[in-house]
Amino acid sequence: MPYPQELKELIKVVEKTRPERVAKKKKNEEVPFLSLEERKKILDYHPDFKEEGRREIKVGPSKGYRIAHEMVDVLEANSRVNPDLVDLSHADYETDVLVIGGGGAGTSAALLAQEQGAKVIIATKLRHGDANTMMAEGGIQAATKGWKDSPYYHYLDVMGGGHFKNIPDLVDTLVTEAPDAILWMEKHGCNFSKFQDGTLKTLHGGGTCRKRMHFAADITGVEIMRTIRDEARNRSQDIRVIEFSPAVELILNEKGECSGALLYNMETEEYFIVKAKAVIMATGGSGRLHIQNFMTTNHYGATADGIVIAYRAGVGISFLHTVQYHPTGVVFPEQAEGILITEKFRGSGANLVNIDGQQFVNEREPRDLEAAAIIKECVEKGKGVPAPTGKFGIWLDSPMIDALSGTGTVEKEFPGKFILYKRFGIDISKEPMLIYPTLHYQNGGLEFKNTGETALPGLFVAGEVGGGIHGENRLMGNSLLDILVFGRIAGKNAADYAKSRSDMGKLTLDHVRTYHKNLEEAGIETDRVAPMLLPDYTLPHVKERQLTACYVGTLR
Amino acid sequence: MSTTDTTKGESKETTSGKELVSIFVMGKKYEVPKNLTIMKSMEYAGYKYIRGCGCRGGICGACGTVYRKPGDYHIYVGLACQTVVEDGMYLTQLPFFPANRAAYSLEAIGSEPEEVYKKYPELFRCVACNACSKVCPMDISVMDYIAAIKQGDFEKATELSFDCIQCGLCTVRCMGEMSQYHIAQMVRRITGSKITPQASHLKAMVDKIKTGKYTKAIKDLKGMNEDQLRKVYQQREMEPTEAPDDWKPADVTYL
Repeated sequence: MPYPQELKELIKVVEKTRPERVAKKKKNEEVPFLSLEERKKILDYHPDFKEEGRREIKVGPSKGYRIAHEMVDVLEANSRVNPDLVDLSHADYETDVLVIGGGGAGTSAALLAQEQGAKVIIATKLRHGDANTMMAEGGIQAATKGWKDSPYYHYLDVMGGGHFKNIPDLVDTLVTEAPDAILWMEKHGCNFSKFQDGTLKTLHGGGTCRKRMHFAADITGVEIMRTIRDEARNRSQDIRVIEFSPAVELILNEKGECSGALLYNMETEEYFIVKAKAVIMATGGSGRLHIQNFMTTNHYGATADGIVIAYRAGVGISFLHTVQYHPTGVVFPEQAEGILITEKFRGSGANLVNIDGQQFVNEREPRDLEAAAIIKECVEKGKGVPAPTGKFGIWLDSPMIDALSGTGTVEKEFPGKFILYKRFGIDISKEPMLIYPTLHYQNGGLEFKNTGETALPGLFVAGEVGGGIHGENRLMGNSLLDILVFGRIAGKNAADYAKSRSDMGKLTLDHVRTYHKNLEEAGIETDRVAPMLLPDYTLPHVKERQLTACYVGTLR
Repeated sequence: MSTTDTTKGESKETTSGKELVSIFVMGKKYEVPKNLTIMKSMEYAGYKYIRGCGCRGGICGACGTVYRKPGDYHIYVGLACQTVVEDGMYLTQLPFFPANRAAYSLEAIGSEPEEVYKKYPELFRCVACNACSKVCPMDISVMDYIAAIKQGDFEKATELSFDCIQCGLCTVRCMGEMSQYHIAQMVRRITGSKITPQASHLKAMVDKIKTGKYTKAIKDLKGMNEDQLRKVYQQREMEPTEAPDDWKPADVTYL
């Protein structure tokens, strides 16, 4: 859909104030950054601070923790299987390391585990590589430019972005291992954007004091994911990938060690037992839970599965009370609703402006503040731009980038988004984009150490499913980094653990029985079943006709 | 929802006021609201995806779709999550198509074109029909990057194929029966690791970290309480957005 006439009229207002804003940008004149006091005030508009949006969880290792209803709903739910019906006396697959999740964290973990001599199985819900990694556009942070940057500054930025609540050891590991992760990708033939002499191009991201955002045009996640996936395929002798088969429970042994997982073939509805000496949880995030009904940038499979099954097995959760809303998601055209518009647009000079064509926030604030400022501008000040769908948005003035860096820059630097909008008849090098905050990242997750280990022996964690690295708010470019750094660590350490383990013991799903009992004791009567696996977008008019009284197999 | 036939081009209103169009999913007719994407329209019709749906944002390559329009011999393509339905559209998704992929060791090979020719001799079966480019939902000139590979110009092939999301539609249509996207992937990795100059500053930083140069500085930060840390944080020197790459901070203590 091209912009309708009423929006075209409003775009004229943006065009009117543009020359002055471009001139300011050229002179490095910016809207002042918020002070720490101002930050506190504006956060009242952030969805995380809506008390009615959350409740206490009544069971499990983090009992009493107040988090989003949607997350509690999947935690306070029954297993997809009746443990009594699962015959654990045989295994369908046996392996050294089982990686649950086939995104960036899982795949880098698999590669490193294989390099340690482990036989690896990757079990993934959709196709190998279908993950939020693929959708990360902006870039990956690492202090690689010694003349102006170091892990010291990266550490400070990460902590500041996370409101100083991050787990220091995790941040230390993240920033210290960052350059090596980039080097690893370079060796594997990942095409980062570079100057002629090989110097990596870098940009600012929200909340960074140095330009350390490395990128591969505007499809950094795609380039990273397809590179490591290709490498995993080169090692298919040792790395076996089982697609469309999510894990629905972990399997323990009588000593309480993680010893495998129960997989569910979504296409045949069969369950399969994988016996593994070590397990790596790398299932990613939870945007498809649509917390507080927000639209999401996330992949179809982002339904918190790993959190659900590890929590049942005794691993606690942290930082899940905060959820990241990406400040700039598409509000219009409707077909693209929720899709992420990378922060790199702002890093490259595009202003955020309201219906009057006025700036109201610095474009490089950390994400939660940026999102809160946008919500405030629309909700409280009434300065939002009305979209034909009835929703409100703010302009992201992309044509400024061509004005600042030369005609053709938008098309060249943002080919993915340029094509996306072109399909709808919108030229983003000439017309601004209408955006609004969109559910983007699960800041928190399973508790784990910087070795990847969890409270459950034999279970390792990597990527978005883990909590603590980013504190209460993640900065742009630190999630692609997180998956590579902690994916590699988990892979290596899980392989070492597998090597040292001789006795597998007797497999059991007793923890599932116990969890069911705990639910009952807490008075939770529900027919909810988790992990959810896929979101349900079936509309009421279809549901009304779906009259099957009792499913013979399992719920899809 | 009414199931009576509509003639081509004619759309009508539902009770909720949405304008409907007819689409044919693998030949079966459904009436769906105009302006929806193919993906959302199939969900509207009652399909629940397992395959053929991934990022829902036009970048993962899971939902390649081919369609035809009534009275038109052309084959059209699109990503189901990005393409808006049209009245009378006949469509099917191709979420998977078998493709030949050669395993290789990036470490063991050089950057010579022959490395790729050996693995994929079918490259030379290209008859330049250009069906691959026509079917690419990302508007990539597939035939041109294949030509660049045959000419040994891997940098050009990398650039031309860079937006590839590996949906595999080119492979479906190839007269020479090759799997273009796998070949391009191998070429891009050779370019990235062996042709493009490596970043010397990157290697230098990794070495510097290994000497333990920043260990103490970061340990000191870790030892600070929140107030102290806030203070240091607020005093950070900011690199200006428009600063050139060789910009240097005034304080070099922690570099």
